[in-house]
Amino acid sequence: MAGGKEIRTQIKSIQNTQKITKAMEMVAASKMRKAQDRMEQTRPYADKMRNVIGHLANAHPEYKHTFMVERDVKRVGFIVITSDRGLCGGLNINLFKRTVKEMIGFSDQSIEIDVCSVGRKAVDFFKRFNASQVAEASQLGDKPRLEDLIGPVKVMLDAFSEGKIDKLFLVHNEFVNSMTQSPNVLQLLPIEASADKELKHHWDYIYEPDSKEILDSLLMRYIESQVFRGLVENIACEMSARMVAMKSATDNAGDIISELQTIYNKARQASITQEISEIVAGASAVS
Amino acid sequence: MSMTIHVDIVSAEAEIFSGTATMVFAPGEMGELGIAPRHTPLISRLKAGEVRLQHDNGTEDAFFVSGGILEIQPHVVTVLADTAVRAADLDEAAAIEAKKRAEDAIANQKGEFDLAGARAELAEASARIEAIRKMKNRA
Repeated sequence: MAGGKEIRTQIKSIQNTQKITKAMEMVAASKMRKAQDRMEQTRPYADKMRNVIGHLANAHPEYKHTFMVERDVKRVGFIVITSDRGLCGGLNINLFKRTVKEMIGFSDQSIEIDVCSVGRKAVDFFKRFNASQVAEASQLGDKPRLEDLIGPVKVMLDAFSEGKIDKLFLVHNEFVNSMTQSPNVLQLLPIEASADKELKHHWDYIYEPDSKEILDSLLMRYIESQVFRGLVENIACEMSARMVAMKSATDNAGDIISELQTIYNKARQASITQEISEIVAGASAVS
Repeated sequence: MSMTIHVDIVSAEAEIFSGTATMVFAPGEMGELGIAPRHTPLISRLKAGEVRLQHDNGTEDAFFVSGGILEIQPHVVTVLADTAVRAADLDEAAAIEAKKRAEDAIANQKGEFDLAGARAELAEASARIEAIRKMKNRA
């Protein structure tokens, strides 16, 4: 029977691939839920912090922290968060497309760009295109810790305080729902002061040690927590994108298998028919 | 029933505690703080130590913080806890580490930032993805 064995081996191997993609889909689904939970858990910290900073800014309208001052833009910084691994559809490519579009906007005004890459994919991408990478963090795993980000974020914050960069952006994927992720560019620095006219203060805090130092550590932590949230959100996106990609891979494998099965059956029937006609022909020749 | 104060202990990674207490003790940078309800508004940095809560029924809860910021308003205490041990020199070391990794990653990299090249490649990649998607929909 011509090709019968080959087709069978091919079906077997596709079935094995299908098992793998199916497993990856399920793993991604469960990791996605956990990442979503973690994403939720970062919210209270950021909310509380925004409150405190709001109070502080209102209590000290005359004092402007360096992080809140708009300057002429000569150089900008981007913190770009991507996944470490691939097999997640167009997730990283869409993010890079958005980032590059933004960057071209700046480079057209001959503003220079520094990049802080978080995640293997970003490191490789910006390396290939000779971007000036000033800091990186990768291999952070599925449960990143804030500690992993302190270093890279500090590099960018220091660059801002020293006047090396005049704006800082955070790029990461936003988790809309498990089917949709959209790349999001967020301005971290200078912090756009939300002019809350409703908050009228007749009181002020007692500061220990003093208000400026407190504001300093608060703002630093605030930026860090935003980057951390971006990272966790990006992981949720990565997992859901991988889940979708692996689901479609599994479906495709199923389609191919059923096609091959049809071809195999046809080949089998053809060979049986041929055998019968040979026997019949042989028998009639003898009689 | 004695008066209580609302306490939130949160870190960047998770919410640690949210509830009420009759008295809160925290390791402020300038010394240990005891906070009773209707404390005057205060904001302080924390050093590593225990935040202790006394509950209505006399029991106590203790949470370790490795630092952070404490905000007090008359009826709310918020502890913005750090999960990592923070110190200027430690942070600095982490920053240097991150810089070094980037330098290693881009070792023997020459030339200008090739944004146009990046755009072209991305356009091709997304066209490919789009084509695959269309092909699938037709099937």
